[in-house]
Amino acid sequence: MFLSNSQDGKMIDQMKRACAIAKKDIRIYYLMGPVIIFGILAPTFLFLAFMIGRDLPVDFLIAGLLGMTIFFTSTSVAPVITPTETQTKNLERLAAAPVYITTILFGDVLASVLFGVGISFIPLLIGLAIGVTVTHPFVLVAGIVLAAFCFSAMGLIFSSNPTSATSVVMMMSSMIKFPLVFISGIFIPVGELPLWARVLASLSPLTYITDLCRYSFQSAHYYSILIDVTALVIFLVIFMTVAIKLHGRSLPKRL
Amino acid sequence: MKTVINVEELTKDYSGLTAVDHISFEVGEGEIFGFLGPNGAGKTTTVRILTGIIKPTSGRVSIMGFDLWSESIKAKQITGVVPELSNTYNELSAWNNLQFMADLYGVPKNHAKKRAEELLNKFNLYDRKDYKVKTFSKGMKQKLITAMALINDPKILFLDEPTSGLDVQSARLIKEMIREFHNDGKTVFLTTHYMHEASQLCSRVAIINHGKIAAIDAPEKLKTRVGGLQHIEVSFNPPVNVSDFYAMPGVINVHTGGDKLLLYTNEPGRVISQLVDYSRLNGVEIVTLNTLTPSLEDVFVKLTGR
Repeated sequence: MFLSNSQDGKMIDQMKRACAIAKKDIRIYYLMGPVIIFGILAPTFLFLAFMIGRDLPVDFLIAGLLGMTIFFTSTSVAPVITPTETQTKNLERLAAAPVYITTILFGDVLASVLFGVGISFIPLLIGLAIGVTVTHPFVLVAGIVLAAFCFSAMGLIFSSNPTSATSVVMMMSSMIKFPLVFISGIFIPVGELPLWARVLASLSPLTYITDLCRYSFQSAHYYSILIDVTALVIFLVIFMTVAIKLHGRSLPKRL
Repeated sequence: MKTVINVEELTKDYSGLTAVDHISFEVGEGEIFGFLGPNGAGKTTTVRILTGIIKPTSGRVSIMGFDLWSESIKAKQITGVVPELSNTYNELSAWNNLQFMADLYGVPKNHAKKRAEELLNKFNLYDRKDYKVKTFSKGMKQKLITAMALINDPKILFLDEPTSGLDVQSARLIKEMIREFHNDGKTVFLTTHYMHEASQLCSRVAIINHGKIAAIDAPEKLKTRVGGLQHIEVSFNPPVNVSDFYAMPGVINVHTGGDKLLLYTNEPGRVISQLVDYSRLNGVEIVTLNTLTPSLEDVFVKLTGR
């Protein structure tokens, strides 16, 4: 039997296997024209619908578009992988392989992060092309990566319902995703919202990445950088923990 | 013989229905162990438990000494699984499917490439290695699944109905692979509907019925144990009247099947000599004449009542 140096289920071995799952996900689910186009078009049109006719600075707009793009792309495909693989019986293959459920989920998250980060370069490049300057590039890159992880983990929660019907999952995720866009300070700065709306905004992870993007472009922000980063980390931990728990419960029902 | 699969009091309930009911058995190293049973008897549920896909309601399974639940990674690492239904990634090429499996089992890259080439050649798929699996026929998919199960060079191979619905050549290739795998001293756990296949391949078989093990033994021992009549298969040219044989001494029962007669007897020698006399006296030619002992199928039918 072929054995690598450490085959005993150690963390590094499982990480390599998660990377293999991510590679498979990218090949099958992400590198498709419609997926990429949807990832760009959906936030762009939503953004244009609300911004046309309003006199707002371009760096404010690009920060909102960037936040929304990371959000939409990172939550777009991850929720449909598990239901699709339940239907095609590919999930059984993974269940019979020497990988933990956490490894499978981490692989799915990793693919989603790479996709989210990759696509987020498009609004960023558009911004740079029209004269927006990035005053805090390190914060921006760190924020994009952290937010992509956070939203990808959120996407996994959408797929934890033990169904093989992707339409059910998409409907549930849309029901949560679209309202979040409106309460996260993308179209109206958080500081200009009434108190109740500011409380709601603080419950959305999208608020913090949008705030980080604004800080990176305009040096203007509502929360401190520490709060933005801490909030995103907390949301990531919560989403990942909940996703692992829910998938752990639903996986036997799928097999 | 070292035990490599140990099953103790395995039970699986599905909302009140007991699919597998306190079964226990052992499989020794280097055995081809057949797991037979009618539809719904609990075969696939058992295989899915043994391969770690589903958890049992109760009971214990160990694979080469590793508990399947507390040491699942170690147990799964040394097995290969050929499931009943194709579960290849149809959007990936045959090559990428194999490489993905190699990555999942931690096979080093250089070994994985060599092994994939070797397996694709063995299963006559090398020319199609860069084609997406969705363009493959059922037989090609089944061969690919088998290759995927072998990519990590497992010590134990689980096959669930591996030749079901395949063309003769593909089925033969898979059976050949099972024999080669066994010749290397490795263990095979095989479920099949085909009694002839089980009889040809397996060193021991278990027959499961209504979730319980009805019998476990070597196929030939099971045939002896179940006993029963021998039968003589004969055909004549030109065809003869069946009623001529009912009264023939030593013949207990007569059935027809196509252009052949099936004469059940406890005295095959006596009946054969009378058939030769009958041929001579009536001027008819004996085209075929075979004596048959109870088959594994007879054992199966007797034990399962189906």
